[in-house]
Amino acid sequence: MHEMGIANAVLDAIRAETHRFPNGHIFKVGVRIGALAGVDPDAMSFCFEALVRGTELEPLVLEIEYCPCRSQCRACGRSYAASREDAICPACGMMESLFLGGDELELSYLEVENGARVVGT
Amino acid sequence: MERVLLERKVLSENERIAAGLRARFADHNILSLNLISSPGSGKTSLLERTLESFDRSERVAVLTGDIQTENDAKRLARFGFPVKQITTGGTCHLDARMIERALLDWHLEEIDLLFIENVGNLVCPASYDLGESAKLVVLSVTEGEDKPLKYPSIFFKSELLILNKIDLLPYVPFDIAAAEENARSLLRNMQIVRVSCQAPQGIAAWLAWLDRKRQRSRAATSAA
Repeated sequence: MHEMGIANAVLDAIRAETHRFPNGHIFKVGVRIGALAGVDPDAMSFCFEALVRGTELEPLVLEIEYCPCRSQCRACGRSYAASREDAICPACGMMESLFLGGDELELSYLEVENGARVVGT
Repeated sequence: MERVLLERKVLSENERIAAGLRARFADHNILSLNLISSPGSGKTSLLERTLESFDRSERVAVLTGDIQTENDAKRLARFGFPVKQITTGGTCHLDARMIERALLDWHLEEIDLLFIENVGNLVCPASYDLGESAKLVVLSVTEGEDKPLKYPSIFFKSELLILNKIDLLPYVPFDIAAAEENARSLLRNMQIVRVSCQAPQGIAAWLAWLDRKRQRSRAATSAA
């Protein structure tokens, strides 16, 4: 159960960004969580809501994009969803695959009201 | 309303510190190994067997993480090598900053091999890079052979699977071939050693793996 720490890291990152939007309010944050990230999206949402409640960041919505494991067939190049290395390519039946993704734990975006006047980067 | 793209890791602060640790370990030619398992799988016992096999002249050190108590550090300090306990006070994993702090009063130039024994947990430690050279996962035969499938993240990220407590195989319904197959279904090149720290049994195979790893690490350093 480390979702509280992860949710806290998301909020720290948001607080570090607020100076860029002096007249705006950040109302949504997008986070990508991969199937292999070891983070439970429901627990993450629960912790996030608990941490935001009663703070200056309220109201703030967390939008989680859950990313399945993705592999690419070494034989035919087809990309497909697979959580194991011995998965069989749906196109050509080969078992040799390359891990493409599925371990993401990334901040992808913020949505800001009146955020047009972005200061710096 | 405007969408501002960020595109960075959530744990970027941890990643930053871990990258600094990795660079320092590389500067000092330190092989650092992060041991991860469920509570009670035998990480400390494996380290006991490992440390007792070393000559006192070996430049080995251990950081051991637990939520509470100094018990593991006491067990490991008997062998005469530098050992430090990290008590997390509730946190279920070690993070890079804890490692950085623990190393503050150690001289890295006096260390060749650093073991980091993580808090017993198969989930959270997988998310936190400690700047280690490799993660090793320990699974004991009193657990389920499907653990690699239940906790794919850590098995996917580990270089070696250590199957421990094999002296208990006659007494438990653990299918060791299925456990290995499950691990290799996630990671085809998963290296596996079977050990018992109590019997003891298979420790030579583990030490041989460790020796090869140290040789490869030294060769990579001198080539760089």
